[in-house]
Amino acid sequence: MNNAASAVPVASAPPLKRSNTYLVEGGQTLASWLLTTDHKRIGLLYLFSILFYFTIAAVAAALMRLELITPPGDVVSSETYNKLFTIHGTLMVWFFLIPSIPAVLGNFVIPMMLGAKDVAFPKLNLLSWYLFNLGGLLATYAVAFGGVDTGWTFYTPYSSTYSNSNVITMAAGIFIAGFGTILTGLNFIITVHKLRAPGLTWFRLPLFIWSLYSTSVIMVLATPVLAMTLALMALERIWGLGVFDPKLGGDPVLFQHLFWFYSHPAVYIMILPGMGVVSELVTCFSRKPIFGYHFVAGASVAIAILGFLVWGHHMFVSGQSVFAGLVFSFLSYMVAVPSAIKVFNWTMTMHRGSISLATPMLYALGFIGLFTIGGLTGLFLAALGFDVHVTDTYFVVAHFHYIMVGGMVTAFMGGLHYWWPKITGRLYPEKLGQLAALIMYIGFNLTFFPQFVVGYLGMPRRYHAYAPEFQVYNVLSSAGASILGVGYLLPLIYFLWSVKYGKRAPDNPWNATGLEWQTPSPPPKHNFENIPRVDKMPYDYSPEAEERMVHG
Amino acid sequence: MAEARSDLAEQFVEMPQQREASVLGMWTFLSTEILFFGAMFMAYITYRTIYPGAFAEASKHTIVLYGTLNTAILLTSSLTMVLAVHAAQENRSNWVVRHLLFTILLAVAFLVIKGLEYHQDLSEHLWPGPHFKPGLPPQAQIFWFLYWSMTGLHALHVTVGIGLLSVMTWMARRGRFSALYYNPLDVAALYWHFVDVVWIFLYPLLYLINRSS
Amino acid sequence: MTFPINPVAASKIARETDYLYWGLLILSAVIIVIVFGPIIYFLIRYREGKPADRTPVRLPQNTIEITWTLIPMFVMTGFYVWGARQYFTIERPPPAAMEISVVGKQWMWKIQHPEGNREINELHVPVGRIVKLMMTSQDVIHSFFLPEFRIKQDVVPGRYSTEWFKADRIGTYHLFCSEFCGTMHSGMVGRVVVMSPAAYEEWLSKGQPGSTLVQSGEQLFRELGCSGCHSGSSVVRAPPLEGLYNKPVPLTSGEVVTADEAYLRDSILFPAKQIVGGYTNDMPSFQGRINEEQLLQVIAYLKSLGTVPPGLRKTLEDSR
Repeated sequence: MNNAASAVPVASAPPLKRSNTYLVEGGQTLASWLLTTDHKRIGLLYLFSILFYFTIAAVAAALMRLELITPPGDVVSSETYNKLFTIHGTLMVWFFLIPSIPAVLGNFVIPMMLGAKDVAFPKLNLLSWYLFNLGGLLATYAVAFGGVDTGWTFYTPYSSTYSNSNVITMAAGIFIAGFGTILTGLNFIITVHKLRAPGLTWFRLPLFIWSLYSTSVIMVLATPVLAMTLALMALERIWGLGVFDPKLGGDPVLFQHLFWFYSHPAVYIMILPGMGVVSELVTCFSRKPIFGYHFVAGASVAIAILGFLVWGHHMFVSGQSVFAGLVFSFLSYMVAVPSAIKVFNWTMTMHRGSISLATPMLYALGFIGLFTIGGLTGLFLAALGFDVHVTDTYFVVAHFHYIMVGGMVTAFMGGLHYWWPKITGRLYPEKLGQLAALIMYIGFNLTFFPQFVVGYLGMPRRYHAYAPEFQVYNVLSSAGASILGVGYLLPLIYFLWSVKYGKRAPDNPWNATGLEWQTPSPPPKHNFENIPRVDKMPYDYSPEAEERMVHG
Repeated sequence: MAEARSDLAEQFVEMPQQREASVLGMWTFLSTEILFFGAMFMAYITYRTIYPGAFAEASKHTIVLYGTLNTAILLTSSLTMVLAVHAAQENRSNWVVRHLLFTILLAVAFLVIKGLEYHQDLSEHLWPGPHFKPGLPPQAQIFWFLYWSMTGLHALHVTVGIGLLSVMTWMARRGRFSALYYNPLDVAALYWHFVDVVWIFLYPLLYLINRSS
Repeated sequence: MTFPINPVAASKIARETDYLYWGLLILSAVIIVIVFGPIIYFLIRYREGKPADRTPVRLPQNTIEITWTLIPMFVMTGFYVWGARQYFTIERPPPAAMEISVVGKQWMWKIQHPEGNREINELHVPVGRIVKLMMTSQDVIHSFFLPEFRIKQDVVPGRYSTEWFKADRIGTYHLFCSEFCGTMHSGMVGRVVVMSPAAYEEWLSKGQPGSTLVQSGEQLFRELGCSGCHSGSSVVRAPPLEGLYNKPVPLTSGEVVTADEAYLRDSILFPAKQIVGGYTNDMPSFQGRINEEQLLQVIAYLKSLGTVPPGLRKTLEDSR
């Protein structure tokens, strides 16, 4: 099998010279970065890219919240407002959230967690990044020169016939970026199947891998459907062909079925990786193995599968049949169960642990809190009779922001802080980190909790001007948004600061288990001099660990 | 011939691992292609269920001779592809090249016939839009939209396949394949068979609705 | 400064939705306590450096996992049933409703009462009466949202959707479009004015245009030439329409469909789509010659026509 010499991993490898890290080895020219096939460099390239798109989308959000302080639409025109929320949605979903943890942290960490030297197809990995940015460039062009005003959901016939904006350019951008996503997912799947170190069986994999594997399966199966759906919509727009046009007997609701068949699983692409990060953080900062390893791993797979079966819950009032509504509502309740299992298991992991409130752990706890609230409101939305009232209102907006921002972005921040020493070889300032986490948590709740209330009161989403009785909650929300902004700006500043001035990081600053911590900080280009051998379950923070994880 | 160590990419530890990874990778890619075509198949199923009469009538205007010929051509090309892989397994590289060239020839023939067919379809105004052939129900345009987009996407995949197989032929001529290493050929063959299978579904759905009447 | 948390409830369904809301809120509070409680407790009790008993406990793990899988599933099924029952009530209009037609277009709501009264962005209704809305769109997808009644339904071009409510308090309430429909989406708002029956009758008579919905439909039926084929004295053989509404119709394909509003609309716009058994494909399409409001008037007229005539009855019997 493995004809390389098997080496027992050393607790911390001998200190490497700076010139031997991946940041230096392989070249230091721009070309060496733009043509790299090193998964670690590609992860960093993605980090810079998503920061760019995040900034544009965040500015759009800031303008929206500014407009919404007062009921009349007096800051921007209606057309501009519609373009702002479209920019915000499309860029945040496709060009920030979907790549975030997988393409940045996943790319960086997965091969190391598996004891591998790189992903299965490094050149394909670089191609993914280029496809992502080609798509992103088209999207940015569409946004900068005329804008798009259909909302990120592109419902027909507005998008295919009536809108006078750069729909096709934006659709093309998402289409191309989608292939980047597909290739990344494909790469991760094969890497996990084929590049595991000797002894690293499936049930010894860290839970981050289980989450990312499940995410990759969704990426690979769902994204092509989106690509084709957007292509059909664009073709109808270009040639006036009536696939969704009722005047020719087409069905506009068919678009919704095809669109949500992808977009619901897509939201699981946007949460599963976050859950994977949380599993890593909760174990490390409780100094305990995960409670219920098999169930947490199985829950990831269950979420991926069930996630494909619930798309109709976005369409309860669309004209879908009552029977379909019944089926989708029931399955939506069922898909909540594996998520609940994860939350319970994380909680029990902390029992009798030794808990540190370092910044990554603060983010993990923030995730558990905010994701629980977001997930609970999912139960509200799954109730058919309730959804009729709140669908297409701010209640839904609050729900998905709790999950995507309160959940995924928080986990991303947690993971970034956790692996930052490994990625850069530097420590970020811990006190500032804790402060930023707190600010973010307060700002987030102030921004989005009032939106649940104003949604139930009846404020529809995508409204530029609104009825006066909704104002008090909108003011609270906008105030929260400015605090949230500070919470995100702080890490940007101190992370950049730390690259040059931060304390040098040891190889394993958190004393965490996991193969990625067996490498120097930052690692050399090929990660491991010798492929390590694994003979234990992950999160082995105490001797009785493995026994307990398997037998209870 | 001894296993060429330079064929082993650095992220892999041994040759079987690399081979398994690339085959699994291609199967995964093909599953994405199934979902990609699948969305259009879903649209087809939806509209054919709602408008069976219009679809049957619209389908009568497809040129079943060309469709049938193309089916036979693609099936044969899958055979020659299998023979190419088999020849590699038996270390007969000149037959690898020959079978690959047959496959490419058949693929080009497919595209030529498709081109002739498209030309004739267009001259009959079977392009959906304001100038669509009169006398057909409006939903026939939905059928024809699906015809053009599904066969067009398929033809695109055939074209990509020709490029892929050309590269394989070039590699085979330079002696890159042997019984111990024919990985790229394996993976290219998988892709080619997929292209064939998609056509097997397209043919009856587009050409054979209600031909018996 | 007031912090309202739910809008006025103007119907029984609204109140029932509020109960469901409270039920879900209580469930959420319980779950938050169950989850956050232990977390906060562990954070304090087992904080690093704090002396505590950290010896690992042998717990019956599988039992625990299965328990906290099954209990949530059970609880969720309960809320599923609650929500589903409410949904049935919302989506199934009771009979004997007064039917009002609604046509949404960018960016206004055009409403017509059976008596013929037209409104733009306003809907006057009597309290205590069951109101059923028959809705369609002229262009893109809209949605007719009445927050105080806790109902909405997408208004889709090319098909009819329905929504019903029974107001039980007099007042003025919001009407919002709640499916993004373009530039003035947030301006596509209006009011529902619920009046006493007497006030409603007065309002109707003050605004009477002259023709009821049915009368307008009848006029169109003649002007567009429908009566040319679909009347007893015609030379062209066309299916009779008296008493047709909601009856089963056998088609040439062998299928039997129901002559509901959607069928009637499709027959006028896409006659070749479904041909009645025993007839041929001769009817011309009226697409482009009749708009959505006029279609609703013609359909109202057709619905008002009487019993099943002998000819159609025989066709129906032959097909069985």
